[in-house]
Amino acid sequence: MSVETASPEIQQILAGETIRGRSNLASRVLDVTVRSLLPVVCALGAGAILLLAMGRHPIAFYGDVWQGGVSGGGWDAWQDSAIRMAPLLLIAAGLTVIFRANIWNLGYNGQFLLAAALVTGYGPSVTKHVALWFAMLVLFLMAGAVAATWTVVPAVLKARYGTNEIITTLMMSFIGVDLAGYLIKKPFQDHSVNIPQTRVLDLDKMLPPIPGTRIHIGLLVAFGAILVVHFLLTRTSWGLRLQILGANPRAARHVGINLPRLIVTGFLLSGFLVGLAAAADFLGLWGYIRGSQNPGYGDTVIPFVFLARLNALAVVPFIAFFSVLSVGGDLAATNANLSTDFLLVLVGLILLFMTVIEYLGRRRDLGGSYLPPGLKDALKAPLWRRRR
Amino acid sequence: VILASQIWTDVFWTSVVAGGLLAGVPLMFTALGETISERAGVLNIGLEGMMLVGAYVGFLGAHYSGSQWAGYAVGIAGGMVASLVMVVLCVWLGLDQIVVGIAITLAGEGITSVAQQAQFGTTYPRLGAPSTVSIPLLHRMPVLGTSLFEQPVIVYLAFLFVGALAWTFRRTNVGLNLRAAGEKPEALDAAGVSVVGTRSWAVLSTGALAGLGGAYLSVAATGIFTPFLTQGQGFIAIVIAMLGRGRPLWVLCGSFLFGIALSLSDSLQIAGIDISVDIVNMIPFAAIIVALILFARRSYLPPALALPYVRGQR
Repeated sequence: MSVETASPEIQQILAGETIRGRSNLASRVLDVTVRSLLPVVCALGAGAILLLAMGRHPIAFYGDVWQGGVSGGGWDAWQDSAIRMAPLLLIAAGLTVIFRANIWNLGYNGQFLLAAALVTGYGPSVTKHVALWFAMLVLFLMAGAVAATWTVVPAVLKARYGTNEIITTLMMSFIGVDLAGYLIKKPFQDHSVNIPQTRVLDLDKMLPPIPGTRIHIGLLVAFGAILVVHFLLTRTSWGLRLQILGANPRAARHVGINLPRLIVTGFLLSGFLVGLAAAADFLGLWGYIRGSQNPGYGDTVIPFVFLARLNALAVVPFIAFFSVLSVGGDLAATNANLSTDFLLVLVGLILLFMTVIEYLGRRRDLGGSYLPPGLKDALKAPLWRRRR
Repeated sequence: VILASQIWTDVFWTSVVAGGLLAGVPLMFTALGETISERAGVLNIGLEGMMLVGAYVGFLGAHYSGSQWAGYAVGIAGGMVASLVMVVLCVWLGLDQIVVGIAITLAGEGITSVAQQAQFGTTYPRLGAPSTVSIPLLHRMPVLGTSLFEQPVIVYLAFLFVGALAWTFRRTNVGLNLRAAGEKPEALDAAGVSVVGTRSWAVLSTGALAGLGGAYLSVAATGIFTPFLTQGQGFIAIVIAMLGRGRPLWVLCGSFLFGIALSLSDSLQIAGIDISVDIVNMIPFAAIIVALILFARRSYLPPALALPYVRGQR
């Protein structure tokens, strides 16, 4: 029941394939950069057209994004964006790992919220009894372990029976979201407030800030995780095996890779990192969680993981960009009297443009034209019938 | 101790069946759409977005025209427009179906939410309840009467459609072509039928059905459009379609069961049992996971699913 082979342009991304037909390093780097940035530029352009269509001023909108995400408050707003980066980077690292194997862990929402509920639920009591650094260590590991556990069923089903992991991770995600809601409303409920919410962590019991800034050290954890993942994926045999599995499962089986073990370990690491994201965000920024709170980070991270070509280091600038966009977008959307869900449209557009540009780039690599033959002929000879 | 006789009354059972039907019909339309698309070899992860687009434009249609039928028609059209993206990118150009599907879902969520906010601000206008039609005699049955046989016309049409679709799959050339496009597209191509054409129509029908499911949700079931109205129902529909293994009748049963599970918390409240909504909402998903663990080996998907067809490529 598995969808075994990815379509070519994703395969190319998965295989980390270099652009064929050109040996010059500089032109190759340029090519990859253009292909990664172009979708973002196109999406922002299309977003501007949408804004115009709705009678909003696109330059004012993007200006507000810049102000709200970077320069606002006397060059202070960038710290908000940096704080937002911590969970996004950790989720991106988690998705990079599993997407490399061409396996889809789409259950990040359940994994994230379940870990968040447990961390905020146990946080106040754990931090009360032991030293802060030890409490944080315990809470981070617990969050990671819980989220990793949540991937076990999809992982085993995929490994043993090839059950479609998209379905199973989504199912587990729905269960996780509901379970998190239950935990927040019943056992972890703060009885001093009337809304479903956990007890609020005291400010001095939260993740300490990096000296001289407001940014909590969860960001450093995130960068550390990115480095570790990059090392694992590019410098170890485990990473190589994961990549072979992603590029061609049959070949992987043929060369004797233990696929079930690889699938399960990949899933566990992916879930673990998503759990760390929840710990970083809720111990560093929020300190409590509400009943219906779901930041939905994972959905918006996916496009950037692909734009970074499943490279853990390359994902950093993209996530930085998106953090600015999402933090500044809140201000911009409020100023423009728009729903903040406008950002979802932009992210969807980035994904669509990415697949199209990847397609055109692949045609180019194969020695073809950027344009499909039919369209090219139509452009060359729009008015008269062409002869063969 | 729960006194069984007090709780399992006719009122309770009526509310279970009626609630299951109310929540099950949009799932059924959407899952039937996914069934068509999967049989033809296209995995449509964008159902959620298509449903939302159908729900929003369907709501607009019904709101401004005052007719639920206009709402359904506009909803179908909206779903088809959303699925056109998938037709062009996935079927014609052969791009990755999962990535495009996620993109359609995200864009659909964003566009409908932004448009709703831009149009109505924070007010949510309500539509009147759709008129129901009672089936003579049958509607006087004790429990099933008021729940099953006093429904809007569209529900009866939905049941007829299930039969028609099952017949199409089994008995017609169109159904055979669809199945061939998912099982062995090369064979279909060799037989002189366009794989791309077959799949295009399949994806368009999926969009139409998802749009109709969404429109039913906003026009008939709730009478209101709020952002993220579908709440993951598009994904549940994908699961129902996969578990139904391409059989419309199984999809019908699955949707009904899921509908009951989704509306069970309301029924239990009517019966006076106070149980956490979160726990009740978990039941259908937990049931699926258990079913998948038990019957994992028996699930089946067409071999060519999610693979773009390129003529002559091995």
